[in-house]
Amino acid sequence: MSSPPVGPRPSILKRIMPQLLILGVALALNVAVFPEFFQIDFRNGRLFGNLIDVLNRGAPVALLCIGMTLVIATKGIDLSVGAVMAIAGAVAAAMVVEGHGWGTAVLAALAAGGLCGLWNGFLVAVLRIQPIVATLVLMVAGRGVAQLVTEGKILTFDNPGLIHLGAGTVAGVPTPILIWLALAALVTFGVRKTALGMLIEAIGINERSSRLAGINSRVLLICVYLVSGLCAALAGVIVAADIKGADANNAGLWLELDAILAVVIGGNSLLGGRFSIIASLIGALIIQSVNSVILLSGLPPEFNLVIKALLILGILVIQSPRIGNFIYLLRASGPQPQPEPPHSTQEEAAR
Amino acid sequence: MKLKTTLLASVIACAPMAVLAADLTIGFSQIGSESGWRAAETTVTKQEAEKRGITLKFADAQQKQENQIKALRSFIAQGVDAILIAPVVATGWDEVLEEAADAEIPVVLLDRTVDADKSLYLTAVTSDLVHEGKVAGEWLVSEMNGANCRIVELQGTTGSSPAIDRKAGFEQGIAGHDNLQIVRSQTGDFTRAQGKVVMESFLKAEGGENICALYAHNDDMAVGAIQAIKEAGLKPGEDIKIVAIDAVPDAHKAIADGEMNATIELTPNMAGPALEALEAYLADGTEPAKWIQTESKLFTAKDDNLAIFNAKKDLGY
Amino acid sequence: MKDTPTHPMPVLHARGISKFFPGTIALDDVDLRLMPGEVHALLGENGAGKSTLIKCLTGAYRRDAGTLMLDGQDVAPGSTADSQLLGIGTVYQEVNLLPNLTVAENLYLGRQPMRRGFIARRRMNAQARDVLAGYGLDIDPAEPLTAYSVAIQQVVAIARAVEMSGKVLILDEPTASLDRDEVQLLFGVIRQVKARGLAVVFITHFLDQVFEISDRATVLRNGRVVGECLLRDVTQRDVVTMMLGRQLEAQVKTRDTGRPGKTLLDIKGLGKRGMIAPFSLTIREGEVVGLAGLLGSGRTETANLIFGAVPADHGQVLLRGREIGLRNPRDAVAHRFALCPEDRKIDGIVGDLSVRDNIILALQARQGWMRPIPRAKIEEIAQSYVRALDIRLASLDMPIRLLSGGNQQKALLARWLATNPDFLILDEPTRGIDVGAHAEIIALIEQLRADGMALLVASSELEELVAYSTRVIVLRDREQVSELTGDQITPDNIINAIATEDAA
Repeated sequence: MSSPPVGPRPSILKRIMPQLLILGVALALNVAVFPEFFQIDFRNGRLFGNLIDVLNRGAPVALLCIGMTLVIATKGIDLSVGAVMAIAGAVAAAMVVEGHGWGTAVLAALAAGGLCGLWNGFLVAVLRIQPIVATLVLMVAGRGVAQLVTEGKILTFDNPGLIHLGAGTVAGVPTPILIWLALAALVTFGVRKTALGMLIEAIGINERSSRLAGINSRVLLICVYLVSGLCAALAGVIVAADIKGADANNAGLWLELDAILAVVIGGNSLLGGRFSIIASLIGALIIQSVNSVILLSGLPPEFNLVIKALLILGILVIQSPRIGNFIYLLRASGPQPQPEPPHSTQEEAAR
Repeated sequence: MKLKTTLLASVIACAPMAVLAADLTIGFSQIGSESGWRAAETTVTKQEAEKRGITLKFADAQQKQENQIKALRSFIAQGVDAILIAPVVATGWDEVLEEAADAEIPVVLLDRTVDADKSLYLTAVTSDLVHEGKVAGEWLVSEMNGANCRIVELQGTTGSSPAIDRKAGFEQGIAGHDNLQIVRSQTGDFTRAQGKVVMESFLKAEGGENICALYAHNDDMAVGAIQAIKEAGLKPGEDIKIVAIDAVPDAHKAIADGEMNATIELTPNMAGPALEALEAYLADGTEPAKWIQTESKLFTAKDDNLAIFNAKKDLGY
Repeated sequence: MKDTPTHPMPVLHARGISKFFPGTIALDDVDLRLMPGEVHALLGENGAGKSTLIKCLTGAYRRDAGTLMLDGQDVAPGSTADSQLLGIGTVYQEVNLLPNLTVAENLYLGRQPMRRGFIARRRMNAQARDVLAGYGLDIDPAEPLTAYSVAIQQVVAIARAVEMSGKVLILDEPTASLDRDEVQLLFGVIRQVKARGLAVVFITHFLDQVFEISDRATVLRNGRVVGECLLRDVTQRDVVTMMLGRQLEAQVKTRDTGRPGKTLLDIKGLGKRGMIAPFSLTIREGEVVGLAGLLGSGRTETANLIFGAVPADHGQVLLRGREIGLRNPRDAVAHRFALCPEDRKIDGIVGDLSVRDNIILALQARQGWMRPIPRAKIEEIAQSYVRALDIRLASLDMPIRLLSGGNQQKALLARWLATNPDFLILDEPTRGIDVGAHAEIIALIEQLRADGMALLVASSELEELVAYSTRVIVLRDREQVSELTGDQITPDNIINAIATEDAA
């Protein structure tokens, strides 16, 4: 009776290495167009520099991709997050305009986002509507709801507490950075220190098997959409606070696509299963770095979309399985068809 | 909330006066209320009609041409004295305009023009986008008075006609003044959020102290940029001069606060000149010009911006 | 067919084939001779190197050493397409045809008869009908492939391979998902192919089938040839011994009639309309109840109903005398039920998760996500079951889908044993797994019963049912038709119960 070898657990670093490399390249591009990219000053009581901007401006997509990663891990997708951002921002703004405190306003916004998440979860988990269709409903209708709340205008406010969440700093660090880092840590900890992460992955890989193993897939599915809604609500509050106003037409517009892209760049499969929130977050930073290259390059705006498309295309091509195999072959020399499965110690290396 | 109360108040106020005057009944087909400016245009049009004792029949088309055509036919059937329309699209109006012409009801276009024979409408009241940009450029030329100035520009949505025309107008305005130079130009999508983000990158890429002025294609982007400038530890309006277009209430407030220097008005009052022309035409047949260009009024710190802000803030912007 | 040892001319002769993967020798100096007109079984446990050898023959892998001669000519196929043209056709367990095309299109894909630049559809269909008739198959070739059963699809795949290649036909586990009649249909076809003078390589886990259809066998173990033999000269036991390298202990029936145990489960009139007729069943601790019946007789449905995987629409279940609700598997797991499903890939394993996670999945699900099992405890559970069940793996971190069928099955057993169940349902526990694991799982069932667990085992392997069941329930057409106990439990009696129309 052989006892199985206790290999080292697959390290997180190894998992996120491709994303880190791409982020490195994206940052290097920034330096190429703007040599002082990494310079950080302390100005007007806050850290001031392009790198800080990348972290700060990446906050909405970073927040969205935390929830999106979990949703995608269950083989789902949440198209409604952009619209939910608009709703949450509108609710928060309307609350402070009516004289409530910023804490109440944030809670109300989170409640609105949570409600949206529960609605999506209900459609997906209970009514068994395909996630892409189920969340499309709110994607289309949500912005209308937000406009009802703001009565069609940019609802401006000057509540210092609320504004602080978007434009303020804590010890010189812009608050949004701290918020997304904290939420990322909280959620990562929440899914990895409990069994939640594994159960979510199990559902995404094989829901039938998971159900037969006694996993309550319905509740877990509703949960991930709820988390996605809450993340979107927080992102919406930050975006509104940043400009001291809730812009129902534009807040979070198309950000759902950036969030999905971040998850994909993070190497998470759209077919569900194993996920890494950290890798998705790096994906969000990669996207923001690409945006930064465009802004710093000084090229006319007509080139924006072309440049972004080319850079993203490049990233996805590099990550594609074929190219990955090619690079692997270059490194390992000698063709490597998949070895026959059982009792070879080579499995780990070959994958 | 405030908007509703105002509207309600004006309707109530309007009713008895209209009965007294009972001279003219005019139909107004509005596109909808997709933006603050549009809402303000509606409010101002109602106020202008009320001021003149004109009965205004208002129809909101909710962005649909067929609703506007329906509204026009209904106005014609009711035998109104004249029709104001802010057309949602440029084409497809010939038939209904001919029906109006057959009924001898003059039609005035507001804010936008149509692709139809000019004889089918009395006149069009619109602003001149290029002119607005030019006024902004000329203001900056006189403000700088020969001093060197590196300008950053926040463009509107790439490819949209306001972005193209306002950029061209501004370049005309500063043409021939080599001391003025646009060093960075990037789109801010007409939104506050993008205005702020792009301004942040300008401040880093150029260095805040090397930027002397900001030209934004609309006030929303300028308001976003003001926040970015403040967060960078600079004083908007002083360290960096700011000129933008639209003259929305928040821009007046920013000027009053000394954080912005100038804004050029895209007036929501298209109805004033339109009604004036109509009254003259209906009274003695005076043919107005085919195009009435609204004034692109420049507002600076010299104006009483706080008063203007208070006057404008309830228009629905 | 006469087989003279002096016959010098194999159709295909592989000599000294070796294949290395980093750190392992998958094939070590392997010889294989295929004679024309023979069915040659390729035998070995999972991982012995059967698939690797086939892949080297068909060009899917590049061999690292050795020569391959086809009709006396050296050949080196670089791809499966190459080998097809050379004359080596392969048919896999999962039929590799295009399900949305018609039978005839599948048969002639890539070489359709043409007429003035268009596919001569009528001629193609007529030819296809003739070809299939040659295999004793009378079907409409203009129908889409999916209109027919897997067995018929297999035959179409074989016909295509024979038409295209015509020298060597490799059948990789062709019978794994076929029922008894279908296997006979397939064997009829294989005999025809053999009569045409082709060499047929037959790979399967079913030794009965090997002896029924094959003339000769090559046995592999750990990448080496252990022996080549004429099957008429050896017994099943000899072959198993060669495969395992050790004497398989005879499955001696030690029916324990001693302690009947307390009644654990009392099922009364449980059923679901359109799925299974209401049935009643009592299961006591320390007994194995076997479920017998043909494919589609309702074995799996019965198991799923008792586990709550499909909610029943009438009847009740009493656990130790108290009625319980079974609306879903969670309810069942909470009452310490466990179910190892029939279809491992779809209902059992969570393929991309590690073996470790798969083993603790049910236990963790029962505990709830709030109370994660500590890492050390997980390691302890996983390690102990890997040892106890002899699950062979490189690492507990490897995704379970990379394990062989037998090891996957053991890992699933480990998943449920880790929940310490009172009642274990096994649906086809030995399907598609190798001989060694087969014997181990049967021994395990005995062991669990002796320890006082109640088991319900559905299986189509009669010998197996007879070996471990204390009672056997026979199902036919989704109804219980018979219950056998004690000495009544013999393969013949079960077959009689299945076959006889209910006279009572």
